[in-house]
Amino acid sequence: MTPQEALFKYTLRLGDNALIQGHRLSEWCSKGPILEEDLALTNIALDNIGLAQAFLKYAADIEGKGKTEDDLAYKRPERQFYNHQITELPIGDFAVTIAKQLLISAFEVPLFSALSHSTDETIAGIAAKGVKESRYHFVHSRDWCYRLGEGTELSHSKLQQAIHDLWAYTGELFEMAEEDTILLVAGIAVDLEELRPLWKETVATVLTEATIQIPEDGTMHTGSRNGVHTEHLGHILAEMQYLQRAYPDATW
Amino acid sequence: MDSLVQTTAFQQKIDQDLNIEPKDHMPDAYRSHLIRQISQHAHSEVIGMQPEGNWITRAPSLRAKQILLAKIQDEGGHGLYLYSAAETLGISREEMIEQLHSGKAKYSNIFNYPTLTWADIGAIGWLVDGAAIVNQVSLQRTSFGPYARAMVRICKEESFHQRQGYEIMANMMKGTAEQREMAQDAMNRFWWPALMMFGPHDGDSPHSGDAFLWKIKRKSNDELRQKFIDKTIDQATLIGLTVPDPELKWNAEKEGYDHGEIDWDEFHRVIRGNGPCNKQRMAHHVKYHEEGAWVREAAAAYKQRKNEF
Repeated sequence: MTPQEALFKYTLRLGDNALIQGHRLSEWCSKGPILEEDLALTNIALDNIGLAQAFLKYAADIEGKGKTEDDLAYKRPERQFYNHQITELPIGDFAVTIAKQLLISAFEVPLFSALSHSTDETIAGIAAKGVKESRYHFVHSRDWCYRLGEGTELSHSKLQQAIHDLWAYTGELFEMAEEDTILLVAGIAVDLEELRPLWKETVATVLTEATIQIPEDGTMHTGSRNGVHTEHLGHILAEMQYLQRAYPDATW
Repeated sequence: MDSLVQTTAFQQKIDQDLNIEPKDHMPDAYRSHLIRQISQHAHSEVIGMQPEGNWITRAPSLRAKQILLAKIQDEGGHGLYLYSAAETLGISREEMIEQLHSGKAKYSNIFNYPTLTWADIGAIGWLVDGAAIVNQVSLQRTSFGPYARAMVRICKEESFHQRQGYEIMANMMKGTAEQREMAQDAMNRFWWPALMMFGPHDGDSPHSGDAFLWKIKRKSNDELRQKFIDKTIDQATLIGLTVPDPELKWNAEKEGYDHGEIDWDEFHRVIRGNGPCNKQRMAHHVKYHEEGAWVREAAAAYKQRKNEF
């Protein structure tokens, strides 16, 4: 893997995570438990799509084949997507979405914070914007964890179940692939192993306050660093890419 | 019973073009008229999120997806201001939602039509928001203060939506034959329902009399509809869309277009609940409201617990 290939894949990964997470959250439109939450969740979706656009645009520049961010989002097949599997899992009920957002935001805050000091100025710039947004996303999901955890028996058990079910998808967040190792040396990427204890501490603090038990680390799902996904991603792309695929000559 | 003194003072304020504020005296009929109108307006914003939301996951570019998401968020935000404006009249949001579910409260008929292709997102922004603006600009001067102020803010956002919708249509008309066909088809399906958004002809409008006297309404249905037609036809022609009305003709004397008769049978059929999506829209709203009940209960229980300490 050349440094340029590493940078391309790394940037794609950042873009894909935001794109797929944003896509899933956008499914909440008109389905929120209250209007305020409908707006909050689609607002987080909007932040994510904006971030995806910036990262994918940069990825297209790095690739140097004259593609646009939309080509990368709408014309790549499943096996060339590198988003974490947790982002593509179905939105489930409100507890699943909140649990997912907590686990992801608690990772993104330190990730973007570290990347905002990347020696790659473009990544640093996008990450600086991302960290501000992900702090809001974290606070939103944290506060809902408190409400659901300590709300009613039902909300407590739903949140507990969601955390339990999602836990096996959190190992992937910290996997160091070849591109990470290459870019770490150049000061572009972040040592994900260093983020793991920070993430764990943040998540544990929130869940303890919310009276939710923290699951044991068991077998973790893996594959996204190599473009291997759950069955869900194919369906997301079939829907998301439909117009671009059905009318390849059209611009919108 | 309102005293004669109070009623006279109220009408004097109206006649002097002063706003009525929530704590001011107002006749019960004025209050209930506004609750009906503002809650219907709020519900329309909220139900309108469904046909547009139908295309969020299939929006054809990242930019298009962001614009659509932001637009739908604006609509939800309008719903919030309007529910709040109605709450100042002494009804809760929960009660308004109950009235929506029971069928007592209505929402705009236009959202009972389906969004079948991406061009429909353009048509909704351009025609539906375009029609809504004409009505809402006139409501900026409505007599009830909170409603008038909500309209000022809403109009600013709606005019963005209208331009964005028009941009979708214009881009499609510059595109492939399939895109042009899609755009024209959306125009054909949304034109007449958009005209129906202004309501029945002035002679057949059941709520208008008092609404004019109280200056809730400033312009008649037909006046507003004419305004919309006149500004929209030039926009359609400019990008090569045909308005699906063979009787459309410039009338130099009135300096406006004459148009063919609206299909009032269709209008009444949809109002009575027999449009293409009435049942679907309500079932969706009811389903997600009910599915969200445990979340609202949890939030309330948590709040109560925290207040106890």
